[in-house]
Amino acid sequence: MVNRIVTGAHYGLKDWLVQRVTAAIMAVYTIVFGIVYVVSCPKDYFEWSYMFQPQWMRTITLLFFLSLFWHAWIGVRDIFMDYIKCTALRLGLQVLTILVLIAYALWTIQILWSV
Amino acid sequence: MLFKIYRYDPDKDAKPYMKEYDVELSSSDRMLLDALIRIKEMDDSLSIRRSCREGVCGSDAMNINGKNGLACVTSLATLKSPVELRPLPGMPVIRDLIVDMSQFFKQYHSVTPYLVNEQPAPDTERLQSPKERAQLDGLYECILCACCSTACPSFWWNPDKFVGPAGLLQAYRFLADTRDQSSSQRLDNLEDPYRLFRCHSIMNCVDVCPKGLNPTKAIGKIKDMLVKRMV
Repeated sequence: MVNRIVTGAHYGLKDWLVQRVTAAIMAVYTIVFGIVYVVSCPKDYFEWSYMFQPQWMRTITLLFFLSLFWHAWIGVRDIFMDYIKCTALRLGLQVLTILVLIAYALWTIQILWSV
Repeated sequence: MLFKIYRYDPDKDAKPYMKEYDVELSSSDRMLLDALIRIKEMDDSLSIRRSCREGVCGSDAMNINGKNGLACVTSLATLKSPVELRPLPGMPVIRDLIVDMSQFFKQYHSVTPYLVNEQPAPDTERLQSPKERAQLDGLYECILCACCSTACPSFWWNPDKFVGPAGLLQAYRFLADTRDQSSSQRLDNLEDPYRLFRCHSIMNCVDVCPKGLNPTKAIGKIKDMLVKRMV
């Protein structure tokens, strides 16, 4: 195969936008979590689990983690694009990253709805 | 004043080395380029690029004490001794402080750095209002010295794919020009994870630009235009 430099994938804008939106979601959640923490001031496991009993708290916590994983995916993909020049290796690492992040997301749901 | 200068002649040297020069400066030597000309009188094997000697041609861009800049507009009084001079980072060295700018100019040419207007040319100029003309301030002044692009890690990692701050500033210069009619094609050309979105706004380009320009802001405006086009 001829080794030519090819660009023009016509994506990137949505990812860039998503990174900003997810960062804003994480920032807002951090403030909300801080307020909830100060108000409920949990001291042991039961108080911590009680803090996550309301459905809205579980939902926004899940939203925070999904934002974190999506944000992390774009960041890690960018790092791979910079440093991993071998296409096959890069694709393999990207697929692995996606699978790990999906597993984390499922694990988060399991943890949040089991406490 | 003491200088340590990167020396490398691929015809003679196995690898680059730093050479020291202790230079007797005269009272009229104000800028780094004056000192380099003195050094060249002492050792004519030193290779440098220079031309206008007043920050207009962009020929004498180099890494000065770890920061990119133009030798002709860098005052000697502001430099800490010994002054360490190296070629622009990340570029292939041709000899001493002279680098191969081919890749840089290839990226510059890739953004169609000229006005595209299919309308028949009017009898006089294509006029702009003062407000429209003001949109080009902070963009047209770029002298293509490459200080910004060669200070950008994204350009170091992907010089063949990332347009770089200088090229993107020029791209926005034509996107901002009301006389240009190819905004859509220009945005299509830039919408790419490498060409535009390798910029992570670390702002090294702003820090080093000898003309005080802000490529990061221009890149942000290109992204704004893309968002406006999409939503």
